[in-house]
Amino acid sequence: MATSLEVDQLVQSERGLISRELFVNEDLFREELQKVFTRAWLFVGHESLIPNPNDFFSSRMGDESVILSRDETGQIHVFLNSCRHRGMKVCRYEQGNTSLFVCPYHSWSYKTDGRLLGVPMYKTLYEGTLNRADWSLIEVGKLVNYRGTIWATWDRNAPDFVDYLGGMKEHLDLALDCRDGRPGGSEVIGVQKWVLPANWKLGAENFLGDTYHNPSHRSVDLIGIGPSAGAGKRGRRDDQYKKATHVWVSFPAGHGVHSALQSDDNEYAESYLDHPQIEAYFRHCFEERKRRLGEKSRLLPAVGTVFPNASYLGLQPRGICVWHPNSAVSTEAWRFYLVDKDAPQEVKEFLRRYYMRYSGPGGMTEQDDIENWLYATAASSGTIARQYPFNYQQSLNVAKMNDPVPGEVSTQISEHIARAFYRRWASYLKDAPWDELLGKSGVKGHSAAV
Amino acid sequence: MSVANAQESVTAQWLLQQEIADFLYAEADLLDERHFREWLDLLAEDVSYFMPIRRNVKFGQQPELENTISGSGISWFDDDKWTLTKRVEQILTGVHYAEEPLSRVSHLISNVRIIRASPSAEGAQEVTAKSRFLVYQNRQEYETNIFAGKRIDVLRRAGMSWQITKREIVLDQNVLLAKNLTIFF
Ligand code: FES
Ligand SMILES: [Fe+2]
Repeated sequence: MATSLEVDQLVQSERGLISRELFVNEDLFREELQKVFTRAWLFVGHESLIPNPNDFFSSRMGDESVILSRDETGQIHVFLNSCRHRGMKVCRYEQGNTSLFVCPYHSWSYKTDGRLLGVPMYKTLYEGTLNRADWSLIEVGKLVNYRGTIWATWDRNAPDFVDYLGGMKEHLDLALDCRDGRPGGSEVIGVQKWVLPANWKLGAENFLGDTYHNPSHRSVDLIGIGPSAGAGKRGRRDDQYKKATHVWVSFPAGHGVHSALQSDDNEYAESYLDHPQIEAYFRHCFEERKRRLGEKSRLLPAVGTVFPNASYLGLQPRGICVWHPNSAVSTEAWRFYLVDKDAPQEVKEFLRRYYMRYSGPGGMTEQDDIENWLYATAASSGTIARQYPFNYQQSLNVAKMNDPVPGEVSTQISEHIARAFYRRWASYLKDAPWDELLGKSGVKGHSAAV
Repeated sequence: MSVANAQESVTAQWLLQQEIADFLYAEADLLDERHFREWLDLLAEDVSYFMPIRRNVKFGQQPELENTISGSGISWFDDDKWTLTKRVEQILTGVHYAEEPLSRVSHLISNVRIIRASPSAEGAQEVTAKSRFLVYQNRQEYETNIFAGKRIDVLRRAGMSWQITKREIVLDQNVLLAKNLTIFF
């Protein structure tokens, strides 16, 4: 176990120095699993994956398999996917509908609310000893259906999800809400799962607003793959932020975003030029959102990470990516692609094609990110390499509080979000109380150099 | 059908199968030798290039649910020619870092069978062929991926040669065990 002293040496966020051990060390990795992933709120899935009673979706929390299920009464649960008898995985299908999870090993069976129902030869073998009510599937400490997305934590004492999010909420909502400003209303149109040989934090950190890594994407920017690429536009996205003030915002619980605040006039920026119908639809959504939200509609999402490992792309290509920890140097990425549930079919068709050419292992943009993470990991594993910390000194002491949006804000590209992320990571490693994890108290408050 | 006719039709079937296999080998060679633009020329303008995601489903549900379907939702690829052209252009920029330096790739195509030939094996205008692939990718020093699976191709006669109008690539993996899909199948 790393002592507090060691943690402070590994994470010197005030100086902008983070040890490479965080990205390659298997002992630290075990410790993260125990201290971060058993306490923090984790993304599990989406209600659209389990629309009906007895629907289930196999998911993950940390390095463990969990079942997201909807019981007969419609209530949502998240359980460890492991039989209480000898631990066999009780569900080995990715998604479906069942009234019982029957364990393949000795046939104990569980209802979709987790209760142990069937125990073969119960009367002869267990009567008077085994109380079935005590041997339900192991359920998470807390869970929430937040605007259609399901999040859970193993810690019963964790704060409610909205308190955990703090000021991050407003930005996450931008990713989860309908394009015309109605709250929620998204659906998952597909999930990609793939393994990459890099530490999970490299993915999480990339989405904390590492806008500095733009040069990685030079190839797609040269050829143009955005929603208006067919109409001759370069770049990998449409430029809806052209007249906006970019904001990089850090929140006390370790979350961070890159969002954009549109100029006062808040005019629609031409986009989706490949397809007049799609363009008309998004123009309509823009005007509708503006009407509905007024001044608040000026805020647009780019990317963000909810501590520790749930990242989003908020505008387009829209989705949530979870960086599941497999080992210090291996991550299983799950990308959930989102659209407005009630969007017209041709809009969904257009978007899914854009998503696939942009994101995921077949995505022309994301491929270059993943290449970086792999070889950054490989080149940081050596005995000598590990002795030299990574540099996180970008825009040191630049961020200000609540200007022009709530949170710790920089209006230039900045690594203050990553610094705060690792500071919070360090608090978890030191078993800090929830007050400190939320940034409400503790030695390294948010007034320190950022 | 007379014996002579029956023999003729078997011969036609063989010839077609050989012709198609030769075409697929030559096509694979273009990819492995990195003649990406020439490879694009073998794809029809209306080509559909599709790689489903394979899911773990309950016995009996495989036909409907095991593979994602072309035309809806998310797969590994569901590309048209424009997108494939973009993929080639990206590699040719020389700064697509996930393919720079280029991967070393070998396509082993086997088990080629003609599933359908229309109007018939003699003078076929459109052919559906099924095959297996084993694709070896190595990049930088140690990074190695082996992709195995089935391919179902629909080919259309184009003069003396063929054009691919449809390619379905059924990779035998659930979680993709490679970090990226930067190569063509
Ligand atoms: S392990 Fe599940 S019934 Fe024995
Ligand atoms: Fe990126």
